[in-house]
Amino acid sequence: MANTRPRWWLYLVLGIALLLVIAPFLWMVLGSFKTEGELRRVPPTWWPEVATLDNYTRLFAQLDFGHYFANSTVVAGVVTVGNLLFCSMVGYALSLLRFPGQRAIFVAVMVTLMIPGVVTFVPLFMLVVNMGLADSLPGLFLPFLASPFGVFLMRQFFSSLPGDLMEAGRIDGCGELGIFFRIYLPLAGPAMATLGILTFLGSWNNFLWPLVVASSESTYTLPVALALYSTGQNQTEYGLLLAGATVVVLPVLIVFLLFQRRFIEGIATTGIK
Amino acid sequence: MTSTTVTGTRAGPRRAEKPRTGQLRRAEHRAAWVLVIPFCLLFLVFTLWPVLQSMFMSFTDTRARDLRTPFSVNVIGFANYAKALSDPVFLRAAANTAAFVLFGVPLTLAAALASAVALDKGITRLRGLFRLGFYTPVITSIVAVAVVWRFLLQPDSGLVNTVLGAIGLPEPNWLGDPYTALPALVAMAVWRNFGTGMIIFLAGLQSVPAALQEAAAIDGAGAWRRFWAITFPLLRPTLLFVAVTTTIGYLQFFEEPFVMTKGGPLNSTISVSMATYQQFGFGNYGLAGAMSYLIFVVIAIVTALQFRLIRER
Repeated sequence: MANTRPRWWLYLVLGIALLLVIAPFLWMVLGSFKTEGELRRVPPTWWPEVATLDNYTRLFAQLDFGHYFANSTVVAGVVTVGNLLFCSMVGYALSLLRFPGQRAIFVAVMVTLMIPGVVTFVPLFMLVVNMGLADSLPGLFLPFLASPFGVFLMRQFFSSLPGDLMEAGRIDGCGELGIFFRIYLPLAGPAMATLGILTFLGSWNNFLWPLVVASSESTYTLPVALALYSTGQNQTEYGLLLAGATVVVLPVLIVFLLFQRRFIEGIATTGIK
Repeated sequence: MTSTTVTGTRAGPRRAEKPRTGQLRRAEHRAAWVLVIPFCLLFLVFTLWPVLQSMFMSFTDTRARDLRTPFSVNVIGFANYAKALSDPVFLRAAANTAAFVLFGVPLTLAAALASAVALDKGITRLRGLFRLGFYTPVITSIVAVAVVWRFLLQPDSGLVNTVLGAIGLPEPNWLGDPYTALPALVAMAVWRNFGTGMIIFLAGLQSVPAALQEAAAIDGAGAWRRFWAITFPLLRPTLLFVAVTTTIGYLQFFEEPFVMTKGGPLNSTISVSMATYQQFGFGNYGLAGAMSYLIFVVIAIVTALQFRLIRER
């Protein structure tokens, strides 16, 4: 627009809004370094008077958050790798190859995109129990190794690549699978990055499924551990819970800050978080 | 928002070049099936089967003790559905969820649209910083965020009431009062989710041609008028998309009351997903299945309604 006057009032409004949006996180991180006594003070303090690592020490020593952190990392990592591999394979086959049954698979993917998670979680739980996977890490990641959303995203991406590369590969004597793994997959970097970040964040933050499947502390993921401690016997240990929340949020925040440009582009093009 | 044609855009011409020999076509079929088989197996076992079984289960008296013998149960027709629809807790949950959606979705859309327009047209510098900041709550765990908000909303030592008290406003017991608990959860949901809509609106605003805006400005239309007469109608598809995805998400809200209020006080914040989860916890799997299908039906109907309301005209 032609209007180039600096709108100081808009910066002011946006600045206040930004402060309001970010304040809970600042308060969380600062609070996690406060002593229990300071957290209970009225009125509350903003900056910690005595910064202490006590909450973190207790979190990892007494409540075993290191273990939950490892569980969360394994589950989110396996789910992400599985989705990157399987979804790109299917996305490629659905967009650039022709084969009998193709249409049926695509329709099934689109229909399941619209079915909410609550519909499947009870029978899925029964299934996982009957497979002997209840309260195990495979029970947490196996059902989510390939998502319809990921297939859709990768199919849309591969549809935008030229099919001529395939002809070239064939003429050069490359096998059908070689064409995918050596020619097309290396071109899928941007879409894989988007899918990878979205999948990792979704899996890391997932709550309902691990809450249902993980029944003993050895299989808790971070959100489950935090939720159960915050509603259980530790619910008044403010410092501990704020440190726990920081441990859940910080890795995701770092991943996000590193990849935010790609991430936001991915959201804008696919429209799904 | 989605193109649902199977034929890829680029694959067509390739096909038409010359008739492929049978051997080559067979190799393509074989490769395609090798590529899709792992997904198909996972899909059949972990998606299609549970969807079908969920439907079957909702018409039976399946309970936790039938866990290992899911088919030795009695078919009881629509009894679970009738029971769900006459259960006072579930009805309360349905009312809460409706209120959550009716207030939460418009507020989220308004915050998303306002921030997107401000970032797109209003400012030139620091755009990336604001975009990043506003989007941050979206990517964080709802559980962690709910834990933090529970402290912020504490009646006496919480940050929110301290600020309200400092400027002379009343200091409600947010999560402890049945009248303020749900509004507090709505506020938190808006705070957490408007960033997604903002990003999508920002992408949508790119497609609004600047020439139209300039022409209207020359004709004397003010910024407010230009927004409602040009930008807003052109944003309709984006608005539809954000409204649908936000509504679907809010109809299933679960983590916020689970961590912050456990559904209380006096069931004032229990949601349908939470009521379903409770029945699952009690071992009433058939009833829980029926409740989840009711949520699904409502989601489908609301989605269809939004398509009619927003897309047409």
